[in-house]
Amino acid sequence: MSTTTLRINPTGPSGTFVAKIEKISGQKLLACYQCGKCSAGCPMAAYMDILPNQIIRMAQLGMQKQLLASRTIWTCVSCLTCNSRCPKDIRIAEVIESLRETALRNGLRDDRLNIWEISPEARADLPPIATISAMRKLTS
Amino acid sequence: MTKLIYYPGCTLKNAARNFDVSTVSSMAKLDVEVEELDRWNCCGTVHALGSENIMNRVAPVTNLIRVKETAAKTEGMANEFMTSCAMCYNTLKRANIDVQNRPDKLEVINDFLNLETTKYEGDVEVRHLLEYLRDRVGFDRLAEKVTKPLKGLRVACYYGCLLVRPKEVAFDDVENPMIMENLIEALGATPVNFPLKTECCGAYHAVGKPEIIADRTDKILGSANDENIDLVVVSCPMCAYNLDFRQDDAKQLNPDLKNTPVLYFTQLMAMALECGDEALRFDLHHIDPLPALSARGLA
Ligand code: SF4
Ligand code: SF4
Repeated sequence: MSTTTLRINPTGPSGTFVAKIEKISGQKLLACYQCGKCSAGCPMAAYMDILPNQIIRMAQLGMQKQLLASRTIWTCVSCLTCNSRCPKDIRIAEVIESLRETALRNGLRDDRLNIWEISPEARADLPPIATISAMRKLTS
Repeated sequence: MTKLIYYPGCTLKNAARNFDVSTVSSMAKLDVEVEELDRWNCCGTVHALGSENIMNRVAPVTNLIRVKETAAKTEGMANEFMTSCAMCYNTLKRANIDVQNRPDKLEVINDFLNLETTKYEGDVEVRHLLEYLRDRVGFDRLAEKVTKPLKGLRVACYYGCLLVRPKEVAFDDVENPMIMENLIEALGATPVNFPLKTECCGAYHAVGKPEIIADRTDKILGSANDENIDLVVVSCPMCAYNLDFRQDDAKQLNPDLKNTPVLYFTQLMAMALECGDEALRFDLHHIDPLPALSARGLA
C-alpha cells in the first residue's frame, strides 16, 4: 500500500465531503468506535478491497478520492446485516449508498452496469427482480 | 370466504409464476379469496437508502393508493394487502414506514401525483403472506386443513435478507427467525436448522458479478446440505433464482455440491393442501424437485 498524507481540516474540502455524506446517509459518522462488528458479519467482505468499518473510518476522515475509487461501494448489496448488528446503531449501508450515489451523480454518468453488454440469452434468463434492482443500484 | 387484496409483483407474473399460482390456490383452500390489486405497478425492487430520497418512493406509494381504491370498492374490505414476494414486501413496507414518519415527504409525493384522485395518508397496512398465515389464519388451522402431510420431508428454510432486515420490517426474530420452520411443521414436514439461513445470497450481483453468486450459492446450499436436507424453501424470487438457476456455476467451484431443489414455501403448502399439479409449476425450476419428492413418497 502506498503512503498517504492526511490533513484533517473540518472547514476544508474534506469537511464539506464529510458533511455531505452525513446529510445524504442521515448518519453521525463519529459515533463509530471501530469495533469491527460490521465487517465481521458482512457476507460480501471477501469480495471487497476496503472493509465496511474501514469505509466508516475513511468517511470520518473525509478521504473522498479513495472512497469513491473503492470496489467496496459497488460490492455492498445493502443486505443490512451490518446495520442490524452495529452496537452504535450506525447504518453503514446508508453510508455506503451515499458514496455510491455521490459517484453516480457527479455528472459523469459513470455507470457500473451496462445492461446491453450482457448477452441477449443471459438477459432473457434473468428475472425482472434482478435486472431492475441492479440497474437501480449501479446506474445513475 | 375472507377477501384479501393481493399484490403479486413483476417477477411473480414472469419467471416466478410457480410462486403466484401456488399462493393463490393455497389461499383458496384456506378460505381466503385473494383479489389481485387493480392497476398495480412495479414496487421498485430496492429501497433507496438516501435519507432525502423521494423519487424512489413514488412507485411504492402509487401502489398504496391503489390499495385504498380497491378496498373502497368492496364492502367490509380493510385498507391492507398481502404480498408473498419478500422483496416487494420489504420495499413497500419500508416506503410506507418512511412516508408515515415523514409527512413532509408524503406531501411532496402527493403533490407530484396530483392526477391521482385518492391521496395517500399513510393509512394502508403492508403484510407478508407468512405473517398473514401466522397471525390471521393461524398455523393450527392450517395444520387442520392439511390433507396430505409432507411426512419425512427434510426442509431447510432460507430467509435471506428481506424478511428480517431492517428490524422495522421484521415480523420475527432478526437473527433467528422461526416463522417458516413453524409453517413447515404445520404441513407435516421436518424443518432443519442451518447457520446460514439469514445470510445474503448476493442478490442483484447475479446480473454483473456471477462469480459472487456462485460462491454464495455454494456456501449457503453446502451449509444446508450438511443437515441432510431434501430441499430448500424460500420466499424471494431473487434468492430462488440465485440458489436454483446458478447451481451449475456453484458446482464449477465445488463439484461435491449436491443437486438441491429450491421451492417456494407456497408450493409446499399447495402440495399439502392438494391444490393439484397446475398449482406447482415444477416445469419452471432449474433443479427438478420431483426426484427428491418421490424419494420421500410425495410425488
Ligand atoms: S459495527 Fe458500528 S461501531 Fe462497530 S466498526 Fe462498524 S460502524 Fe463502527
Ligand atoms: S449492507 Fe453491505 S456492508 Fe453491510 S453487511 Fe451487507 S454487504 Fe456488507
